[in-house]
Amino acid sequence: MKIDLILFFLLAGIAVVTSILVITRRNAIISAVFLVLNFFALAGLYLLLNAQFISVVQIIVYAGAIMVLFLFVLMLLRTDNESPILSDKRPLKYFAILISVFVFVQIAYLLFAGKPSRNITPDEAASINSGTIQAIGKELYTNYIIPFEVAGFLLLAATIGALVLAKKKFE
Amino acid sequence: MLTDFGKILIFIILAIVFVIITLLISKLIRPNRPTFEKQKVYECGENPEGSPWVKFNIRFYVVALIFIIFDVEVVLLFPWALIYKEYGIYGFAVGLIFLLILGLGMAYEWRKGDLEWARPQPKPPKLSDILNRNSETLNSN
Amino acid sequence: MSILEIIVISLIKILLVVIVMLTTVAYLVYFERKISAWAQNRIGPNRVGFHGLLQPFADVFKLLLKEDIVPDAANRPLHTLAPFIALFVSFATYAVIPFGPSVNIFGYDIKLVVADVNIGILYVLALTSLGVYGITFAGWSSGSKYSLLGGVRSSAQMISYEVSMGFSIAGVLLLSESLRPIDIVNAQHGWMWNAIVQPIGFITFVVSAFAETNRLPFDLPEAEPELVGGYHTEYSSFKFAGFFLAEYANMIIASCLIVTLYLGGWQNPLVDISGLTGTVATLLYVASFLFKVAFMLFFFIWVRWSIPRFRYDQLMNLGWKVMFPLALVNIIWVAALIMIFNL
Repeated sequence: MKIDLILFFLLAGIAVVTSILVITRRNAIISAVFLVLNFFALAGLYLLLNAQFISVVQIIVYAGAIMVLFLFVLMLLRTDNESPILSDKRPLKYFAILISVFVFVQIAYLLFAGKPSRNITPDEAASINSGTIQAIGKELYTNYIIPFEVAGFLLLAATIGALVLAKKKFE
Repeated sequence: MLTDFGKILIFIILAIVFVIITLLISKLIRPNRPTFEKQKVYECGENPEGSPWVKFNIRFYVVALIFIIFDVEVVLLFPWALIYKEYGIYGFAVGLIFLLILGLGMAYEWRKGDLEWARPQPKPPKLSDILNRNSETLNSN
Repeated sequence: MSILEIIVISLIKILLVVIVMLTTVAYLVYFERKISAWAQNRIGPNRVGFHGLLQPFADVFKLLLKEDIVPDAANRPLHTLAPFIALFVSFATYAVIPFGPSVNIFGYDIKLVVADVNIGILYVLALTSLGVYGITFAGWSSGSKYSLLGGVRSSAQMISYEVSMGFSIAGVLLLSESLRPIDIVNAQHGWMWNAIVQPIGFITFVVSAFAETNRLPFDLPEAEPELVGGYHTEYSSFKFAGFFLAEYANMIIASCLIVTLYLGGWQNPLVDISGLTGTVATLLYVASFLFKVAFMLFFFIWVRWSIPRFRYDQLMNLGWKVMFPLALVNIIWVAALIMIFNL
């Protein structure tokens, strides 16, 4: 039990520090490196919550696929002559601050004043079972069969949309 | 309790420590005599021209886009594969529909030529061209 | 078993795996050179030690003593991080490879795998997908055109083949109903090897494995005639050795995975028939696993010295237009097989 707690604080610490580094680095590629590290810390946190499938998917899809695309874009755009986005656009800066304060208040409310909508019991055995990929498969193919196939269509639409947009932008 | 994930953690830590130690050892014992010429980027012995971060073909980006989408589909297919045997013909139908949708996206890319890569178009020199060129140079001289 | 015993046993297993792996990597380099020499009617390394058997150690010390040259244009932290990632990714994968059935030593029942996790194969896939970073970062951080082009080419190649790899693995999972490598091996009992049941998946996986390890005929990232050294043009000394070792470690991992997923892991029908049990049988099983891995490694080297390099458009066409549809066909094939024969 204690090791869990130590690991949690370690991973949470890494997650917080790396996310701060992501937004403070000048070089976009270095930011990307820290973002990958951040994904790792999050995957570790999921694992501590017994959500094995989510944890691995986090790494395969986010760290392994989406970040590769990010890197490609960053390399394609040449990052050696980038200028800071926020410094020359004042209104945008205030808007960003407003949004972050709003989100922070929401999270603080949830943590300290909000009540869970359902009665959640910390049943560890049940949580271990529901996190396995088999359990997720069963749910997907019984209760959530329509959303699953719709997700397939969504991905199809995403494929076509992405290709059309990419070509329009660069050709 | 040491779970198997804990063992993986130990293994990963050992892997990191091992790599750091070897890199450190080599740092300690190897010579370090940098010179201006040595620190230059290799470009066949010439002075490097322009920015090293050259622009490259947009197709690499398109490939990465296609990859993300199929990667997500692979990940969604894994839960299906693991419980397939329990659902018989129903599971088969579900998977088939999903694969068909996936194949549709693939077919679209194929048809639209997004999978085509720039292909070299070598033109073997013709004897008549060479003769013409030679006669031209002769005439100009 | 008490917690202390578990920790001690795990540590012994980890050390064993690490030592075996490192020596295999070292001697794989030696054998690659020897086999290439034989393939080209040369002699190969024969100066250091008996028949050149100490050559790997000489190489390691040479690389340790070489000066590390980092170009001024390079991004130093990333330049150092890149070989680190490459090595780490290939090492960490070994944790889930099972190399034999359970064995009983001194009254302990020990599984011959470092970590028997129930998402083992996904863990391997996750690490494989991270392998791209070592190469991309190396290419970008060197500040050299050759490195950048090599790195970008290589990452595009790796992600293209990763998709077919994932779909081929889905075919294996249909039969094993588990992501645990041990269960996957057990599901191939007797002659029910996946290479026999789903030959298409076997072929797509092997080809993808070649592409993922950047081995010839897929070694475009370091195509010497056009890109000098590809992504490691600007690497020297032990950082270069990092990439070099990672390539060979990846080869071993790929062979282990091919054997585990498709060639029945440690399964050996001859041992099953012979009726042997206990430690002798276990040793024979482990030996069959090692033999299969050794054969796959030989196959890797054999292919490298027999087949010329692909052109880049051929490589991409093969990945997306041949391997990918084949992997899809394989999934439907296996699903239909299960439906018809109730496997």
